[in-house]
Amino acid sequence: MQENKKGMQTLTDASRLIIESMARAGADAFIGYPITPANLLYLYGSQRMPLMLAAPDEITTLQWMSGLAAAGKIPVTATSFPGYALMIESINMAYMMELPMVIVLVQRLGPATGTATCGAQGDLSLLRGQISGGHPLPVLCTSSFRDCWTLPAKALELAVNLRTPVVLLTSKEMVMTSKSFDISVLPEIEKVERKYYDMKCDGKYKPYKPTDWVPDFLPVTQSKHQVRINASTHDQLGLLQHSTEEAMNNTRRLEEKIVKRAHEYTWYELDEMQEANTLVVAYGITTAAAKDALGQLRAEGEKVSLLIPKTLIPVPEVYAEIMDSYSKVVVAEENINNQFSELLYGVRKPRNHRFVGSMGKMITPQQIIEEVKA
Amino acid sequence: MKVPFLNTDTLPYCKGCGHSLIAKNTAKALEKLNYQPLDVIMVTDIGCHGIIDKCLNTHTVHGLHGRSTALGAGISFATDDPGKKIIVFIGDGGSTIGLQHIMEASRLNLNMTVVVHNNYLYGMTGGQTSGLTPTGFNTTTSFDGNPFEGYDICALSHTAGAAYVSRIMGICDFSDNLAIAFSTKGFSLVEVLEICPSYGMKLNPRRKLAEIVESSGRKPGEWTNNREPYELHQGQKNQDLLATLPLIKKGFKSYLKKPLSMVVSGSAGEGVQLSAGLISKAAISSGLHISQKGSYPVTVGVGFSTAELNLSPGHINFHGINVPDMIIVTSQDGLAHNRKRIEAMKSGKVFIDSSLEVPQTGADVIRYDFRSVGERNASVFAVFFWALKSGIISTESLFKVIQDEGKGDKLPMDKIKDALSKVK
Ligand SMILES: Cc1ncc(C[n+]2csc(CCOP(=O)(O)OP(=O)(O)O)c2C)c(N)n1
Ligand code: SF4
Repeated sequence: MQENKKGMQTLTDASRLIIESMARAGADAFIGYPITPANLLYLYGSQRMPLMLAAPDEITTLQWMSGLAAAGKIPVTATSFPGYALMIESINMAYMMELPMVIVLVQRLGPATGTATCGAQGDLSLLRGQISGGHPLPVLCTSSFRDCWTLPAKALELAVNLRTPVVLLTSKEMVMTSKSFDISVLPEIEKVERKYYDMKCDGKYKPYKPTDWVPDFLPVTQSKHQVRINASTHDQLGLLQHSTEEAMNNTRRLEEKIVKRAHEYTWYELDEMQEANTLVVAYGITTAAAKDALGQLRAEGEKVSLLIPKTLIPVPEVYAEIMDSYSKVVVAEENINNQFSELLYGVRKPRNHRFVGSMGKMITPQQIIEEVKA
Repeated sequence: MKVPFLNTDTLPYCKGCGHSLIAKNTAKALEKLNYQPLDVIMVTDIGCHGIIDKCLNTHTVHGLHGRSTALGAGISFATDDPGKKIIVFIGDGGSTIGLQHIMEASRLNLNMTVVVHNNYLYGMTGGQTSGLTPTGFNTTTSFDGNPFEGYDICALSHTAGAAYVSRIMGICDFSDNLAIAFSTKGFSLVEVLEICPSYGMKLNPRRKLAEIVESSGRKPGEWTNNREPYELHQGQKNQDLLATLPLIKKGFKSYLKKPLSMVVSGSAGEGVQLSAGLISKAAISSGLHISQKGSYPVTVGVGFSTAELNLSPGHINFHGINVPDMIIVTSQDGLAHNRKRIEAMKSGKVFIDSSLEVPQTGADVIRYDFRSVGERNASVFAVFFWALKSGIISTESLFKVIQDEGKGDKLPMDKIKDALSKVK
């Protein structure tokens, strides 16, 4: 893209890349409520999206987004934990209704209001447990400026294809830091193609009858077929049920569509070194420190590989397979309880796993180097 | 063929429940207005009234308790087709928990109607007191009478800006009243008063609806606001966010051989973030890679203002700075914010205003009167001074950025040049 600008640097923050990426992928609306460190996303969203609405709170944000999505739009928003916490019941609603949308969650230091201007990676456990019933809601995480360009569009596509809210996870230091950047290296972004139920079909439209796990969509603003959208337990017609077999199959399908089609959105980077016995695992903001650590370690002759998971939920099985093939695994993330490993192994972390954590400060390359050498 | 709005006469409510009449009158009003069922989007709340979906031939959207007004608002934002009708069914309980959404939809005068089923209590959960329960009314949670007054939901919606608001008795045929609301352009709210036989009647024996309404002081009525309905204002949209980014040409050289971390700090309003931006752009034009971030208290206009920068001949991954290689401090606020860092420096350089006390440090200390060019320009001048002394980037590259960005008029460039010429 932008051939004429090849090789020329500009100065940008990643918030800009995220919004532009989603706009090009076909996001129709940005619904905002101010919160640090997501304010830049709100600002850019208001400049870029065809429709921008200032919601009076984050519950309203999610409800407006759901209404827009039911009418066929693709809405996006950005927030941080305090706002996200308010959204959770409504996210469950959108998940149950099967409405596409993207929520950018910019992590900051908690608990509660914590420190608004301090980064963190402390919300992964919450994201894994946010849907009542324990069903996974897809979470993608950006680990570089380039990811902040490619993943938002993918998140949008995934939201549309699986008809689900998708969380794009990032953090303060990722979206509020400006860097010199060559935008000509960014790949083109294609507009997400939406498939609708074939309106020519004269049979009865069942709003929750799946094809390949996902029901065909029709907006409530057309007049040919009756659409029923429901956040309560429902059958394929979208009618409220207590716990009939059809309704239970429908609720089960919500989990299955995410899990069975996980292979379509498993993204990670693996920088493997031959004969390496040690693997460093890092995602999000900590990836930068891990890359520097790897550079130094390799310069010193150490053999070490790096895994950067981008799809965090549902956890792709391949991560454990990769980790199992190393005799030492160092997981680095900016929290004090190793949420990524807990996601994979619960409380019984394998003995050969080590954790580099931090709170209130970014993990440094030196911390990772020390743990690799320890 | 005319399709009815209700697909059955047998509605799912307890015998005598006022909700039945609301459903039937709604259907009748829509038929009178010649709507087709699939031009109507019914958004129903959680509560007894919300179990109506299966009886409706319209589109139905069944969301969360109290949130249906906001959900309906979302649909309303998405369509400007005047042939579509969005109707929200909500209870007095849902109106309590979701009051903000009613206020917001009224304020924006969105094209939709909210029908409040006010039976003075939470029906579905067992007859508890809601925010709309009037004084003296018995509920399962206030069996000797609610001690508080209920909200006047009509007054609230009206003062928030709804185009049309009415309160009606939920008895006999009130389809004409509903039809007025449904045909209003903008936001309309109808509060329908009724009694829940299962809880309200049992707990308040011998009381009649008319008497309860009378004693509550919230009598039937109609209120209007002559306002334009919501319309989408597009404003200045769809700017390509990448197209507006400045592309920085390489025109200068830097002799920096390895990464350098630095901090620029001073007081709010003294150009700290501006001068950090100057360094960044000048460094990029000198072939360097940079990272830049600011930090300041939430009250951006007072106190310290600090910028962290990394300059590097190669790609920058990690951008965190614990102890910097260089630091520029131009005020007491900046010094207080970075004192620990300066003390922790074992080498490198500290450029500090001569008015400030110098902390114990292992760095080389260079003191200079940066504030001589005026406090508002102290940071910019200090950055030129730093460029001159450190040689990491040229002062020419900094001047070029100022020129390219047309900032020359806002900064006293002659004064800065003059002050620079005096630097030895
Ligand atoms: C967030 C949330 N809190 C509480 C409930 C429980 N709840 C279900 S229905 C209801 C009361 C409904 O009362 P009202 O809105 O007056 O409608 P009615 O049943 O009287 O028609 C409540 C509190 C809920 N579903 N969601
Ligand atoms: S409990 Fe009350 S509100 Fe609910 S259906 Fe029965 S009578 Fe109506």
